[in-house]
Amino acid sequence: MTHIKTIAKPILKQTAHTGGCGECQTSCQSACKTSCTVGNQVCEK
Amino acid sequence: MKSKVHLFTQLNKHFALDVGSGAIHLVTPPAFRLLSLIIAAGETSLSQTIPPRILQEVITINGIHEAWNELYALYNEGMLFSPDNSENLELPTKTPLKALCVHIAHDCNLRCGYCFADTGSFSSERGCMDIHTAKKAVDFLIERSGNRRNLEIDFFGGEPLLAFDVIKQAVEYARKLEKIHNKQFRFTLTTNGLLLNDDVISHINSEMKNVVLSLDGRNEVNDTHRTTIGGKGSYDVIVPKFQKVASTRKGDYFIRGTFTSKNLDFTEDILHIADLGFNNISIEPVVLEKGHDLEIREEHLPEIFAEYDRLTEILAARDDINFFHFNIDLEGGPCVYKRLRGCGAGGEYAAVTPSGSLYPCHQFAGRAEYKMGSVLDGSFTPNTELTVNHIKIRKGCSDCWAKYFCGGGCAAANLNINEDINIPYHIGCEMQKMRIECAIALKASTI
Ligand code: SF4
Ligand code: SF4
Repeated sequence: MTHIKTIAKPILKQTAHTGGCGECQTSCQSACKTSCTVGNQVCEK
Repeated sequence: MKSKVHLFTQLNKHFALDVGSGAIHLVTPPAFRLLSLIIAAGETSLSQTIPPRILQEVITINGIHEAWNELYALYNEGMLFSPDNSENLELPTKTPLKALCVHIAHDCNLRCGYCFADTGSFSSERGCMDIHTAKKAVDFLIERSGNRRNLEIDFFGGEPLLAFDVIKQAVEYARKLEKIHNKQFRFTLTTNGLLLNDDVISHINSEMKNVVLSLDGRNEVNDTHRTTIGGKGSYDVIVPKFQKVASTRKGDYFIRGTFTSKNLDFTEDILHIADLGFNNISIEPVVLEKGHDLEIREEHLPEIFAEYDRLTEILAARDDINFFHFNIDLEGGPCVYKRLRGCGAGGEYAAVTPSGSLYPCHQFAGRAEYKMGSVLDGSFTPNTELTVNHIKIRKGCSDCWAKYFCGGGCAAANLNINEDINIPYHIGCEMQKMRIECAIALKASTI
């Protein structure tokens, strides 16, 4: 492709099968305590 | 939702984010133009060839058919205008507790002008947690954590180091229990730094996975708000101590500051903190009740956006600053369940006050109507209003392109500003969306 470079794969559907274990860090515990987002969290798996 | 593809330009690059699949594409100007026209025409799918109405407008652009063919290929692969049904997924109903914010002290040795906790007291009596209650909090977390192995405790306040001894004993107690119960504790500490000394630093370095050090940036910015009880600034005392923590530490740390309407040029604060030798920095918009002198108002947004643009450009050119709010994991990141439920307050996350009372999170502490139980008698009723699918329940989130990155925002901010946990704090949303765009562009600049 010359017009498009995909920088993030379509992960939403995929993690519907693999996710949900709950071992990841709680968002507001990291550095924030006010305006957390989930997008910057990492998966533990 | 209105359009299933969100377009934006950042760092002079064009991006198309496919909401339904989570795919993000860096696109050329012709492809960007085509997508803009398609979205403006209200289309939600692509046909094999450029629709005549749109072709008229782009016919002179070089490579336009090639760009269309590529967009069409992505569409067929489910990475553009893909169906958005993830928000309808059923969430697991059982959410064991996995994180506690332990309010070691509802008291503070600073009197910051913007403190959401009413300068540490949380609008009630000042005081520290005793060791009995702290141990009960540890027991409670273990008991309620089901089969979760990784458990988190953040020692918070007020200023938690006012009762450093309680922290030390609680850590020791939890470490003993983790082996017995097959758990792993991750401790963090949030401190204003005044009471840091060699002894405390050595404990933090050996036990805390992360330490959050509060500093707002430039000397005069910090000292305007972060003053001692006697009204003196804190910068000169805390900076050398924070430098010592950062230079002796192997685990994570963050310098965490707040910007208010009085320092909308907060990039200067971030650069100042970096000049002091710190790499991990988080500077965040202040959260205040409506009408406060320092609050961020709608009219500040253009200036804040311009500042985030400037910061993005600066960060793209250097690799020694890890800015918390521009972190994004494009390869993996959290699973869709976490993206739907967001912060977890009231279910997997809770806060314990010095008297042992449980609240959905640190920002709810002290709001009697949100009390969920007590670690002293083990009572606990998770808040079912908060643990549901945020994207579906919060007003406007379902139609928002950022929903799977944001996770439905902050209930406490919604309550503060709109008196309703499910009505998003609009100004927070606008800043959030801007930061997500900056984060994506920054990440793309490294690929
Ligand atoms: S940015 Fe606002 S509207 Fe969008 S998902 Fe987050 S809270 Fe909801
Ligand atoms: S309600 Fe807000 S402050 Fe509380 S944990 Fe959630 S995002 Fe954080």
